[in-house]
Amino acid sequence: MLRRMLVLALSLALAPLAAEAQQRTRLTVYTALENEQLQPLKQAAEAALRDIEIAWVRDSTGVITARLVAERQNPRADVIWGLSVFSLLQMEGLDMLEPYTPRGAEALRPNFRSDRSPMTWTGMDAFVSAICFNTVVAQQRNLPRPTTWADLLNPAFRGQIVMPNPNSSGTGFLTIAGWMGSMGEQPAWDFMTRLHENVQVYTHSGSAPCNNAARGEYGLGISLDMRAVTLKNQGAPIEIIVPTDGVGFDMEGTAIVRGTRNLDAAKKLADWAVSRAAMELYGRWYAVLALPGVQPAVRGYPSEFEQRLVNQDFRSIAARRDQILRDWAARFDGKSAPRN
Amino acid sequence: MPEAPLGGAAALPSPVRPRAALDALLLRGGLWVAAAVLAVGLVLPLATLLLRAFEDQAGQFVGLANFAAYVTTPALLGAAWNSAWTAALTTLVVVPTAFLYAYALTRSCMPLKGLFRAIMLIPVLAPSLLPALALIYLFGNQGMLRGLLMGESIYGPIGIVIAQCFYCFPHAAIILAVALSTTDARLYEAAEALRAGRLRIFATVTLPGARYGLVSAAVVVFTLVVTDFGIPKVIGGQFPVLATDVYKQVVGLQDFNMGAVVGIVLLLPAVGAFLLDRWAQGKRAATLSGRAVAYVPRPRRGRDLPLLGLCLGVAAVLVGILAIAVWGSLIRFWPYTLSLTLDNYDFARFDATGWDSLLVSVRMAALAALLGSVLVFCTAWLLERGTPPSRLGGAVRFAATLPLAVPGLVLGLAFILFFNHPANPLGFVYGTLAILVLNCVVHFYTVAHLTAVTAIRQLDPEFEAVSASLKVPAWVTFGRVTVPICLPAILDIAVYLFVNTMTTVSAVIFLYGPDTKPASVAVVHMDEAGQASAAAAMAVCILGVTLSAKLLQVATGGLVERATQRWRRRV
Repeated sequence: MLRRMLVLALSLALAPLAAEAQQRTRLTVYTALENEQLQPLKQAAEAALRDIEIAWVRDSTGVITARLVAERQNPRADVIWGLSVFSLLQMEGLDMLEPYTPRGAEALRPNFRSDRSPMTWTGMDAFVSAICFNTVVAQQRNLPRPTTWADLLNPAFRGQIVMPNPNSSGTGFLTIAGWMGSMGEQPAWDFMTRLHENVQVYTHSGSAPCNNAARGEYGLGISLDMRAVTLKNQGAPIEIIVPTDGVGFDMEGTAIVRGTRNLDAAKKLADWAVSRAAMELYGRWYAVLALPGVQPAVRGYPSEFEQRLVNQDFRSIAARRDQILRDWAARFDGKSAPRN
Repeated sequence: MPEAPLGGAAALPSPVRPRAALDALLLRGGLWVAAAVLAVGLVLPLATLLLRAFEDQAGQFVGLANFAAYVTTPALLGAAWNSAWTAALTTLVVVPTAFLYAYALTRSCMPLKGLFRAIMLIPVLAPSLLPALALIYLFGNQGMLRGLLMGESIYGPIGIVIAQCFYCFPHAAIILAVALSTTDARLYEAAEALRAGRLRIFATVTLPGARYGLVSAAVVVFTLVVTDFGIPKVIGGQFPVLATDVYKQVVGLQDFNMGAVVGIVLLLPAVGAFLLDRWAQGKRAATLSGRAVAYVPRPRRGRDLPLLGLCLGVAAVLVGILAIAVWGSLIRFWPYTLSLTLDNYDFARFDATGWDSLLVSVRMAALAALLGSVLVFCTAWLLERGTPPSRLGGAVRFAATLPLAVPGLVLGLAFILFFNHPANPLGFVYGTLAILVLNCVVHFYTVAHLTAVTAIRQLDPEFEAVSASLKVPAWVTFGRVTVPICLPAILDIAVYLFVNTMTTVSAVIFLYGPDTKPASVAVVHMDEAGQASAAAAMAVCILGVTLSAKLLQVATGGLVERATQRWRRRV
């Protein structure tokens, strides 16, 4: 009786394991895309490429990058789909990307694809840093509406600003890269030192500051445009502010990991990632797409931001990414305690 | 860590050995299997961790350079100090409160004791992230009771200490209730005969009688706080502690060597606490003689009413925090749209794995409970009855008590370093459910082992002696007599493993793979992305599963009791 119960319990617990055996090629895809994008992209790609199955490994940009670099002797990822171009260029420098020009990649905007031949990466979309400004909290606490980054140094914002930690968050990194692009490196560090006085917390992920601002935990979150637009469309009392003194931007891209055991399947996925169907999907969340002529479906984007993008040299910043992050951590990460 | 203490070991009767040679060989083989599991799941990973702390990124031996780097980084040292003082403060709050609560349960005649005992266990069933999330709704910058903090922020030491108090309370209360229930009534009679006042009796009889329980409780709470990862992660803000530092070094910076160093620093207080607790347990075992008379409290309003008030207060806080978390998970858009919705339970919107992570957790916990209780109980029986005392047995016995001193984060880190090593032939289990199950079984091994040992030692060794003289193989006796008699204890072990595997975050956060992300890790990730309501919803789901398991145990407990324990009652 007892033995029969044990056997039954064991087979119940193990049954789902056995059912998982599949004929399709499983690709392990590392990504820093936003969570709500993963399911639609997986479904669309698997429907288009019938013999491929996608297994996502998602974390914030810094974490995924660090993990890829740490695993480079013994890679566990097949494809990178949706990662900051700063990280991709850094990995290109470490010779970690498999050179391959996906079918149709020449049609992408020239600055949205690798300049090597064959290409090492291809772009998907671009996103910018934006400020989520909670209008209800602003009224309660009498906060002035900022229009520039410099406005954030106003002592009225003390303890009311949240910003992503650039060591883990791609949004955090593109924001400080943007400051360096528009202000110059040394003035950007000075600016951050003064901003640090007003920052209450540096969050792990890039969307957390906007989520926190939307919930009124803090008055103002430095975040990414897509999260801000999504939350505003959901009815959060926030205003999306694109500062007029230049905003940093970042591209997300696709690449094949050198050393993958599923190269053919990886190439198929890389082909699909630059297809018009894929671009239309990216356009559900982002306004600037790599393939010209695709109409983004997302609503509520501030129309003026394209003129405010800073002119930045991705390659030179990517080369110094590690150094910038170390400097940032030494200056701001160790300082403890919520000051209030 | 004793995530939910079950009981201590009793005195040792002399074991009787089976005689047949083949028999003995087989049983000894069983012991080797247990030794192999503990070696692969505990000893080798920890050894790898120790080695890595003395290597640089490229794998060269660098001596104490990593430790020197650690000591000269003020931020890291600061984190050690922060861990220590928040743990000390939590201990100072929790132990006295838990003492009074346990005192009320064991030494008063207040009503509803059973209910209070049940409520006290709530925090054990929930992941530690749950109270931290609830505090955001209560005391966050938009919280309902924010005014009580008088301008201070909940994100930091205040939030950590409050949430830890909730999380650690049952652990302290269980230990103290056991300590207070084993007292000798004759001491009180003597004190009363000598006309000692109540306060004096309390100070000279009650407190000294419970002093080792108090030491144990303080040590357990202190270690729990230092090694817990979920609470500082959610509500610690920019306040660094050791546990979040390990995570930052390993997951954020992928600096495994520095992670190993911080892990060893984290191991020190845990090992110290473990040794102190062993000392206290040894002392406690000797306090009660065979002639003791059980203490039966008599009703006295002056004592019972205030204690009832205190218990009502504590129970209200425990239930209240839980209720806030459930309510928070049902709110449409905190704090602006307070209408209720189930949208936050649509997990696919917040996390790639959606509901699957809960299924992974249930499967992982079921396997850990099933395989773990079989392994733990068979090993305990082999050590106690199945095999003669040997050096191998001694080593297994020691390894079985070791996990109590190893924090989950350290064990998890040791697992990656060991299993992900390019030279390890076992590398294929990396990222699978198997490694998670092995990790959880090892992590919670000690308490389960002690429960099994206690249950087995209550059986008369005559059973084995009689069956050996009747030439019945030892394992037949084991299957026909030992297992059925000990079934309630085995059920306890299984539920203990199930509940703790469902709620643990610390070890598994380093080990999951693309298809094996547990629900507790999903809670951390959703919170990292700022999705507090969805994180609360997932934590509530975990609580729902563990609560169901516990209720199922209570419900089937009667059945098992009737089927296997009827002989204990005299007809």
